[in-house]
Amino acid sequence: MIESFAEQPWLSLLTFAPMIGAIFIVISRMMAKKNDDGIIDGPDLEQVERNARMIALAFTVGAFLISLGVFALYDSSLAGFQLVEETAWLGGGISYKLGVDGISILFVLLTTFIMPICILASWDSIKSRVADYMIAFLVLETLMIGVFVSLDLFLFYVFFEGSLIPMFLIIGVWGSKGTKEFAGFTLPSRVYAALKFFLYTLIGSLFLLVAMAWMYAQAGTTDIVALQQVDFPAGAQKWLWLAFFASFAVKMPMWPFHTWLPDAHVQAPTAGSIVLAAILLKMGGYGFLRFSLPMFPLASADFAPFIYALSIIAIIYTSLVALAQEDMKKLIAYSSVAHMGFATMGIFTVTKQGIEGGLFQMLSHGFISGALFLCVGIVYKRMHTREIAAYGGLVHRMPLYAFLFLFFTLANVGLPGTSGFIGEILTLIGAFKVNSWIAFFATFGVILSAAYALRLFREVMYGELVKPALMSITDIDRRELLCLGALMAFTLYLGINPSPALDVFSPSVDLLMENYDAALAAGALR
Amino acid sequence: MGIFETLSFAAPELVLVLGAMALLITGVFIGDKSAKQIGYACVGLLLVAVLLVLFSPTAPTASLFDGAFRIDAFSTFSKVIIYLAAAVAILMSDQYFAGEKLRRFEYPVLIVLAVFGMSLMVSATDLISLYMGIETQSLALYILAAFKRDSRRSTEAGLKYFVLGALSTCLLLYGASLIYGFTGSTSFEEIARIASMEGANVGLIFGLVFLISGLAFKVSAAPFHMWTPDVYEGAPTPVAAFFSAAPKLAGMALFARVLVSSFHGALGDWQPVLAMIAVASMAVGAFSAIPQSNIKRLMAYSSIGHMGYALIGLSAGTAQGVKSVLIYMTIYVAMTIGAFACILMMRRRGGMTENIADLSGLTKTNMPLAIILTVLLFSLAGVPPTAGFFGKWYVFLAAVEAKLVWLAIVGVFASAVSAYYYLRIVWFMWFDEAAEPFERDAGPALKLTAWGSALLMFPVLTIFMGRLTELAGRAAAALF
Repeated sequence: MIESFAEQPWLSLLTFAPMIGAIFIVISRMMAKKNDDGIIDGPDLEQVERNARMIALAFTVGAFLISLGVFALYDSSLAGFQLVEETAWLGGGISYKLGVDGISILFVLLTTFIMPICILASWDSIKSRVADYMIAFLVLETLMIGVFVSLDLFLFYVFFEGSLIPMFLIIGVWGSKGTKEFAGFTLPSRVYAALKFFLYTLIGSLFLLVAMAWMYAQAGTTDIVALQQVDFPAGAQKWLWLAFFASFAVKMPMWPFHTWLPDAHVQAPTAGSIVLAAILLKMGGYGFLRFSLPMFPLASADFAPFIYALSIIAIIYTSLVALAQEDMKKLIAYSSVAHMGFATMGIFTVTKQGIEGGLFQMLSHGFISGALFLCVGIVYKRMHTREIAAYGGLVHRMPLYAFLFLFFTLANVGLPGTSGFIGEILTLIGAFKVNSWIAFFATFGVILSAAYALRLFREVMYGELVKPALMSITDIDRRELLCLGALMAFTLYLGINPSPALDVFSPSVDLLMENYDAALAAGALR
Repeated sequence: MGIFETLSFAAPELVLVLGAMALLITGVFIGDKSAKQIGYACVGLLLVAVLLVLFSPTAPTASLFDGAFRIDAFSTFSKVIIYLAAAVAILMSDQYFAGEKLRRFEYPVLIVLAVFGMSLMVSATDLISLYMGIETQSLALYILAAFKRDSRRSTEAGLKYFVLGALSTCLLLYGASLIYGFTGSTSFEEIARIASMEGANVGLIFGLVFLISGLAFKVSAAPFHMWTPDVYEGAPTPVAAFFSAAPKLAGMALFARVLVSSFHGALGDWQPVLAMIAVASMAVGAFSAIPQSNIKRLMAYSSIGHMGYALIGLSAGTAQGVKSVLIYMTIYVAMTIGAFACILMMRRRGGMTENIADLSGLTKTNMPLAIILTVLLFSLAGVPPTAGFFGKWYVFLAAVEAKLVWLAIVGVFASAVSAYYYLRIVWFMWFDEAAEPFERDAGPALKLTAWGSALLMFPVLTIFMGRLTELAGRAAAALF
């Protein structure tokens, strides 16, 4: 009885649950009364929008509950893939195959946890085309969950690339105002950011596509489990590794492929920034762990110093860039690049602390950066500006907000007791094991992050409240408190007691390292 | 084989050509007021032909007329798609011609005659039947391009197409005569035997290159693409829709059959030629489309680019390659017809608009059309999870398997560049302020075509792609 219960296609249900919600919103749109021009307006439009919000919230919360169920069915003491389901799809070794292991399950949970917060964060801040917006987010959620549960490289690619479409629309349609000069003509800066995001990521992923075709030609399958067993020749591994790197480094993003990120973050609506920072960026790190390390171990070992170098540049350089920012969102965007630098550094040390630290860092960054973007969104909604200079002395009017902002600022810096600390310390321990110079340089990032984060906090929160526009600003409401409170609870809980997460990672990471070391040993013999 | 048995194999073609003749005579007697009914009758003919092809009472493979005409899984696959595409093109056109006061009974009949030519093309296994097929098709297409005969642009398009088409036919004929001269036969089978025996005979390769040039013109591959944008822009939109779909598939199928079944022995000689044509087409398609403001011209450049991708698959020269060409072309035909159905719906105050800027803010004025066009554009750009991506995947896969990794890399770069101009239309539709709304008087034929095509691109083919690859694989295997 229990087995048959666990054998149901839970992961498919989880993946496509948000999509079903999107279909419901489409139906509610189609059923609504339209005027002669075929447009819904007036009270009918309000009804559609109310329905869209409720459906989106219901289905994202539903997906979160399903993911909790999946987590309950998942046995975290085992290393391999669980809840595997497989259906024929394209034939010839390309199938629809889903499953989770210790590396992916918590990212699935992160996704389903962040999404209801995104919906709540856009509850009344999105005023135009609400139904379309909710559809885009629900579709995006399906694609993001799909990325983490795919056990077929081809399927992974479909989800990975597919997620560009809703994000492109989210940035372009609901992005902020303003124009940008580019190549001699003026275009709205949200359009510029959306195009840059799409094309940049697309070009990175297309290398992955060619590499995937090559791997398929060699192995006759795109099954991830099977591909991890294939021993690609050392020379080919280098090229494959670079192709995968092109895709994941853009997504992560690693210096110097990060330039799309500040644009995308600044222009995206608040919830778009949250999703981007909390989940989409994690796909890069997840990809390194799922593909680069297990499939191309020899190349990974060869390129590890290269990754360390890029990571350290990312940590130090983008932290310095963050120091100079005038725009709150841009500052947090650059700080994301720096924090992802810790994750890549940890992952490629291929030590237990390093990998688990990298995973933990990504998870915790999901909560913290999501919360910080939400914090920026809260004041943006009230003041319609993200200029740091436009604020000052908010603590007098918004004490609760100031407290929460301070908490997440300190978590971002890596204060012990918050999850940010665990991620940084573990990756640094991992780096120390490999080469203490790497750890030495990376530590500067911790200091610099304190510098830019505290500067942001001081300039926005402290000082006299002199700007007249700020006189009537109101503190956060209950909905915002709920979102930030939930994020704070997780940040604090994982900061004080990280072992539940680390225990889930542990068996899969052990297996990964075992295979990696065996492959390196075999490679050395050849 | 007796004459009746032979003719029974060619039943679909006979139905088409005899039916077209009969309808032509009917039309002459009744006049243009019968145009609509003749249109439906032509659609009926095409559907009957589809059924005859699918439920052929005989063995799946047969060679007729002394080996000049061959029926196999490959021709069956191509014919079904061609017939269906043509039927849809006829149905789509009626509203346009009614609006333009241009409803003439010759239009559907000419399409059926062109389809008859295409039918010969995909079954041709002899240089003579190849030429007959191409010319039957082309003559009908020349007239169709100039169909709006009082319009200067349309007649210009027809004339341009005719002159350049005649030139390409010359190249093709010259190539065919060289091939005949050096092999002593016009039959593909015989040519294949001699080509593989003698290897790279210079004269034969010379002839082959001319033949390839002629065929490249027919599928509008660079550098023989010059006519395409002008003809697409000048010809009436339903004609352009037809041009961009069925003839392209027929040309590509013929291309595949000639190269693979008669020159497989000389793969090393024609592979670089095709690869260069593919690269040139992709480059032209990617870069020249960027500055276009007329959506029909943009679609013309887009189709040039798409031919480039399909030729990547063909230049692999393997069964996998031919399979990928068939998959690619099927998806291409379906999405391009849908895109033209959307263009036909761009009507304001009774007239057509063709400016890309007219699509501004379409999501605010006409959401269904915007959704359809968005799906089709992402599919044309080859972004997953739409079907266009799967087409690209198989093409690149074929290239990689044939050790043409560089070609696949050029292909992905071209598709990244071309993604820009498709995205630009999406940007106009979604991000910009609303322009004046289009008229909402599209008939059911247009709406069904557009919806059908969009739903096929996502999610129908995304889910059932396995079935299409299986059929295409079987069709491709028939050539080897």
